[in-house]
Amino acid sequence: MTESTTTQTTTSSGRTLRTEEMIINMGPQHPATHGVLRLELVVDGEIVQEVIPHIGYLHRCFEKHCEHMTNYQQVIPYVDRMDYCAAMNNEFAYVVAAERLLKIEVPERVQYIRVIMAELNRIASHLIAVGTYGIDIGAFTPFLYCFIDREMILDLFEMTCGARLLYNYMWIGGLSHDLPPEFIPKAKEFCRYYKKRIEEFNNLLTFNEIFVKRTASVGVLPKDVATNYGCTGPMLRGSGVDWDLRRDDPYSVYNKIEWDVCVGKGEVGTVGDCWDRHIVRMREMEQSLRIIEQAIAQLPEGNVQAAIPKRIRPNPGEVYARTESPRGELGFYIVSDGTATPYRVKGRAPAFSNLSVIGEISRGAMIADMIAIAGSTDIVLGEVDR
Amino acid sequence: MTSQEIFDRLIAQFGAVSDAGIVSKLDAPVDPSITVAPAHLKAIAFFLRDDEELQFEHCSCLSGVDLKGKFAIIYQLASLTKKHKITIRVEVPAENPSLPSVESVWKTTNWHEREAFDMFGIVFTGHPDLRRILMPYDWEGHPLRKDYQVPEFYNGMRVPY
Amino acid sequence: MEQYLIPILTNILLALVPLVFVLVYALVTIYVEMKMAAHIQNRLAYMRTGWHGVLQPIADMLKLLQKEDTIPTVANKGLFILAPYVVFTGTYAAFAVIPFSSAYVGSNIDLGAFYLLGVSALVVVGILMGGWAANSKWTLYGGVRSAAQVISYEIPSAFVILAVVMVTGSMNFSVISKFQEGGIQNWLILGGAFPLAKKLALIPFMLIMFLIYYVSSMAESNRNPFDLPEAESELVQGYNTEYSGMKFAMFYLAEYANLFIVSAVVTFLFFGGWTSPLGAMASGPWWDAFWFVTKCMVFVVLNIWLRWTLPRFRVDQLMYMSWKVLTPFAIACVLAVGLILVW
Repeated sequence: MTESTTTQTTTSSGRTLRTEEMIINMGPQHPATHGVLRLELVVDGEIVQEVIPHIGYLHRCFEKHCEHMTNYQQVIPYVDRMDYCAAMNNEFAYVVAAERLLKIEVPERVQYIRVIMAELNRIASHLIAVGTYGIDIGAFTPFLYCFIDREMILDLFEMTCGARLLYNYMWIGGLSHDLPPEFIPKAKEFCRYYKKRIEEFNNLLTFNEIFVKRTASVGVLPKDVATNYGCTGPMLRGSGVDWDLRRDDPYSVYNKIEWDVCVGKGEVGTVGDCWDRHIVRMREMEQSLRIIEQAIAQLPEGNVQAAIPKRIRPNPGEVYARTESPRGELGFYIVSDGTATPYRVKGRAPAFSNLSVIGEISRGAMIADMIAIAGSTDIVLGEVDR
Repeated sequence: MTSQEIFDRLIAQFGAVSDAGIVSKLDAPVDPSITVAPAHLKAIAFFLRDDEELQFEHCSCLSGVDLKGKFAIIYQLASLTKKHKITIRVEVPAENPSLPSVESVWKTTNWHEREAFDMFGIVFTGHPDLRRILMPYDWEGHPLRKDYQVPEFYNGMRVPY
Repeated sequence: MEQYLIPILTNILLALVPLVFVLVYALVTIYVEMKMAAHIQNRLAYMRTGWHGVLQPIADMLKLLQKEDTIPTVANKGLFILAPYVVFTGTYAAFAVIPFSSAYVGSNIDLGAFYLLGVSALVVVGILMGGWAANSKWTLYGGVRSAAQVISYEIPSAFVILAVVMVTGSMNFSVISKFQEGGIQNWLILGGAFPLAKKLALIPFMLIMFLIYYVSSMAESNRNPFDLPEAESELVQGYNTEYSGMKFAMFYLAEYANLFIVSAVVTFLFFGGWTSPLGAMASGPWWDAFWFVTKCMVFVVLNIWLRWTLPRFRVDQLMYMSWKVLTPFAIACVLAVGLILVW
């Protein structure tokens, strides 16, 4: 794919020394690439000259499978497995798209429960992101703290739908199970408990001198580059662009809930560096807690399975619906030809576009910085490769 | 701006160009879309991105669809500053599917066009590095086509097992 | 002939005492490290082998002994096999000059500290050999980084040892310890056995030198926050990657032995060595050994605590710290201590 450049220098004694750049492979098996990603690095000593990502190791033909489903509802377990760290958000995007196509109105209770689940899963996904980011930088302890908190969220999910990671919970037109009675008190308790833990975590990792030195002004992603490359989510907001689909293109009941959009301001380094993306994720978790508390307060009564259609046979048409998943803009483009089988389902994965910018922002970085940058893009190969 | 206004603005700029092929499908179910012919796609893309009223600086998604007999390539564009969105549609015949690449307009489409090439075999002329992205580099065939047959063997390994 | 046999045998036995100590200490420290890491991370570590897992290190040792020793086909066989033993020899040879108590020292030479610094440099050679011989780009990175790191951080530590040698007048660790006997007020960290004015003048410099030396010692032993050569997230164990079985056990043992050596040096330089903090009370050969081992374990535990709390430095930040921060401060301290002594 690439040829390393060879330069020749002549020493004072007249001999020629040949120096070459080294091509080194990070992955597909590597502790720091968060999945099966192969980064081909062209390095000059420790300095990276070029990064070429190779993906496709986790390609599971999701889109081809969808064309052979007998039912639109059957796509939902596949959609779960795209971004397996934030499965509720994947389902949310898909059912919003399908319901727009079918022109179904879902009851209010369903909307609020979907928002609660999506925000809980956003916190869980960000916990994985910041915990593994700590490990990449070398701090092993924050990861364990994150997973302790994540256990409480997974307990909530298990209580509701029986699964801890891949839920098959949001169905077209409703949900598979209603909330059990102990869910609301436990969710409120989690919100109370976690607010304090965020501060403890920030003291341990985010404002640690060594962590700041490793991540500030590293992997700076300028605003216009981010927009042009299609980056969304914390990558875009970390570069200072104030864009959040929950506020700017509202879906479900996000227009009835009040929260702030967190944007990176370059507090310890340049705007758009790895630290900014990290602090955006930390602050987003605090905002998610606010959303969950408001949604619980506004939760109406109702039947969550009343509006689930018996036969899903949409009229021919196409729809593109986009939602804000923890990694960015997750969109589904569905084409229907009038039968019960989808004609084409395309998942627009945020990590796909977020990863494509990595070549641009890591020129001149060191290998240790490469790890920091790859960790801050927060990719999940399941959705990059689908 | 609404989709009708976006369409009007496009017609105002390119209506006179004979093979621009701008047709509106603004009442299509469910999303309104504007169909454009491949000939002037790049110029139209630059206009969509740079015009002060439109400012579609963010291309969310590029998908290919196999509509037996022709391929449709769908561009989902959004504007972060003006907060509007539109869908642009290009159709190419199935025998030799090729259209100009908009990689120089929106870098998002660099990888998305590679994926469309990989999955459908659509050639994007002017793309700096058009090779497969999800399938292995020496795979034969384009999987998402409707007439795709799964090969029996790949490098000596049985494919369907 | 017989008159040579007894002394030779006795000397061999005396030389083996640190080996036995190192093996026992390694087992204990592995257990302590894993349990401390677990409790810092709010989880329990070993619980099944023995009561709360105390037999786990023995199980680990048995496992490593009977594991298959793989050698990559493309590796340079000679260097690959030799590397762990070179590293262990370098670390173990330093035990010769460490007096465990007033009655026992492997080799009572006057060049104690100097010899220790020299022999520890053998570790660098071993790591480079290990990284290079495995014929893998990632291990090469680990080996080269480690060599650069260890060599850079030997400079500040050498300056600190120089300052203490100036104060105590000898490089022999036994003499340095004896200088600090008589109770905790005579320890060098609190100024040493000098009149009050000199003591108070020396204390800030001693504190700074202690910090400089402790930080350098963490870098010398390749421990977090300086564990870039074996950065698990980047290099999958760095120069250790291709090793398994007994050779890996050698590297592992050498790392813990090295940790003990640097803690021992800190103890000798600043905290009185084997002298008891209570002065004449609780002293005697066995008490001395007890105090010495306890003090070393305090520093080992501190090292483990720091390892599991802090993230790691990047290579250039590491080098910057050594050459532009620690070395100038160490030189300034040597100058200041010299002036105070003369004045």
